[in-house]
Amino acid sequence: MIEQRPVTIEQLETAAQPEKLRRIAIEPLTRVEGHGKVTLLLDDENRIQQARLHIVEFRGFEKFIQGRPYWELPVLVQRLCGICPVSHHLAAGKAIDQLVGVEQLTPTAEKVRRLMHYGQMLQSHALHFFHLSSPDLLFGFDSEISQRNIVGLINAHPDLAKQGVLLRKFGQEVIRVTAGKRIHGTCAIPGGVNKALDSSERDYLQQDIHQIITWGQGALELARKLFMEALETNQQFARIDTHMMSLCQDDGALELYHGGLRVTASDGSRMMDKIDYREYDQHIREEVKSWSYMKFPYLQHLGPEKGSYRVGPLARINNCDTIDTPLAEAGRIEFRSLNNQGLVQSTLAYHWARMIELLHCAEKIEQLLDDPDLLGTDLKLSGEMRQRGIGVIEAPRGTLIHDYEIDDDGLVSRANLIVSTTHNNRAMNESVRTVAADLFNGQEITEGMLNHIEVAIRAYDPCLSCATHALGKMPLVIELQQPDGQIVDRLIKDTQGELKR
Amino acid sequence: MNRPPIVIIGYGNPSRGDDAVGPLLIEELEQEERAIHSPSDYELITDFQLQIEHVTDLEERNLLLFIDASLSAKPPFEFSRLTPEQDHSYTSHSLTPATLLSIFETVFKQPSAPAYLLKIPGYQFDLGMPLSQKSSHHLKQAKHFIYTLIKDPRQEAWEHQL
Repeated sequence: MIEQRPVTIEQLETAAQPEKLRRIAIEPLTRVEGHGKVTLLLDDENRIQQARLHIVEFRGFEKFIQGRPYWELPVLVQRLCGICPVSHHLAAGKAIDQLVGVEQLTPTAEKVRRLMHYGQMLQSHALHFFHLSSPDLLFGFDSEISQRNIVGLINAHPDLAKQGVLLRKFGQEVIRVTAGKRIHGTCAIPGGVNKALDSSERDYLQQDIHQIITWGQGALELARKLFMEALETNQQFARIDTHMMSLCQDDGALELYHGGLRVTASDGSRMMDKIDYREYDQHIREEVKSWSYMKFPYLQHLGPEKGSYRVGPLARINNCDTIDTPLAEAGRIEFRSLNNQGLVQSTLAYHWARMIELLHCAEKIEQLLDDPDLLGTDLKLSGEMRQRGIGVIEAPRGTLIHDYEIDDDGLVSRANLIVSTTHNNRAMNESVRTVAADLFNGQEITEGMLNHIEVAIRAYDPCLSCATHALGKMPLVIELQQPDGQIVDRLIKDTQGELKR
Repeated sequence: MNRPPIVIIGYGNPSRGDDAVGPLLIEELEQEERAIHSPSDYELITDFQLQIEHVTDLEERNLLLFIDASLSAKPPFEFSRLTPEQDHSYTSHSLTPATLLSIFETVFKQPSAPAYLLKIPGYQFDLGMPLSQKSSHHLKQAKHFIYTLIKDPRQEAWEHQL
């Protein structure tokens, strides 16, 4: 039951007297990649006074990249993140096209890169929906933790779980064919691609694509059904009203690889459109807060308080006027009918939007596999060298920006990356505060309440990845501390997923 | 499907210090195996981390070997038998080998092939760090051990090495 909130959502970013409050830390977050934690400060009546999502590891991307030759970038940046190496590969590829003075790739080069990108989007979205979020959606946020996972999903819905595995596998095979290798391969090179497809590779992918589209339709229908079954709850859970940003085609169609930046205001009005993404730094600024290593981007003309926005599937499906594949377009129309006048702002609608995109990617792969350009031989162009290159793509989690400057020897002298999850930093924090304000209103604290916090964050599919995974890391630990730091309660989720106090 | 009876999966991020030990070991085996052994005996696979689609790499095998860096393993390496098990990693973008085996068994409705884990101690994991000297030394010893395993690809022989 939602009762009157003790303070406004905005006030929950920083409590007035934090030293007098009890602290709960949720660390590490599960089904979220990398090193993040949530801290909740409660007063003596278990009422929330402060809620923050912290990023506790500094990743040092720029330092890793500086001094490296520009032609190494597409391979090098794959190692920034083991979750979305292909997205970094392609964003860097687009940036180095500009460094070598190439504005427009050959049809074969662009289509091979697009094929790789759609494969990456498909496999990433499949993992998130089938593996990471559907257990919550199918069994409920308060269900037994032993059921709320992939094995529980397999037991209850064996066909669904296998589809998730095979969708993922198909996406990886698309990447392997375009990159030449399953991992650490090279698709994008300065001004083009390393290889096209041969007919046997095309035929190999074609034999499964119709099945993939059918499964994509099923996944979209499931996501829609799950959202509509508890419409009122799902619309309000972790809901925040924000502006939304993504790339779009000039005619307003959904675009994942290239296009202009579009921002739609929270009331549905168009704020920016057809902005050359190479001018991103004239429109986007990043705020630093002392309590998080992750910056907080905002629209420069609105300022840090009013200029935050969301990116990713929810933003893209809200932002576009149409989708150029028929099945996904039908899905978009139904999705947008939730709010024809404004934007669909429900945080949990990310899952539904994600499945519209999965189906779109499957349809685009089918189209490309029928395109003879994919087997072409005109792979690479060159031009006059430039000092700065900016590449932007729509990665699975949202807009990904790579910005490089090189010196006369071709070595990177400056690098700036804004990764997708960073754009959503403020939104994720606000969603956490919304859930915390609704739940921590004087009741006894339960594991289910803490899971609600995680469900809100997981909707964004954040990737805080450091891509290290060495065995021996701690599972989930939640501590409740007195104002003086004394630990009065500790909840541990062990390596079996069991909870112990 | 006619697959090599053994699959060896070494995983980690090559640019994160000792996290690279699994992929580097696979790389060295790839370079040497062409000259020394029949390529049909085993398949070498590397990736940043284990994920649900890797269950498809476990089908139709006789023996499975996973190689990973470890914060807690004793030098130069630890060799152990894996049991399918659902652990905390099911909640992550990366799975442990035990959970991968568990998912294999539920997806394909059959027991997995006998599976083993080779853990190599790691000490530094920061982005851009090279492999440490200590892990590099452990890698060489681990490689010799793997050749011992490959020479006698029977479960009894591998069990004898535990």
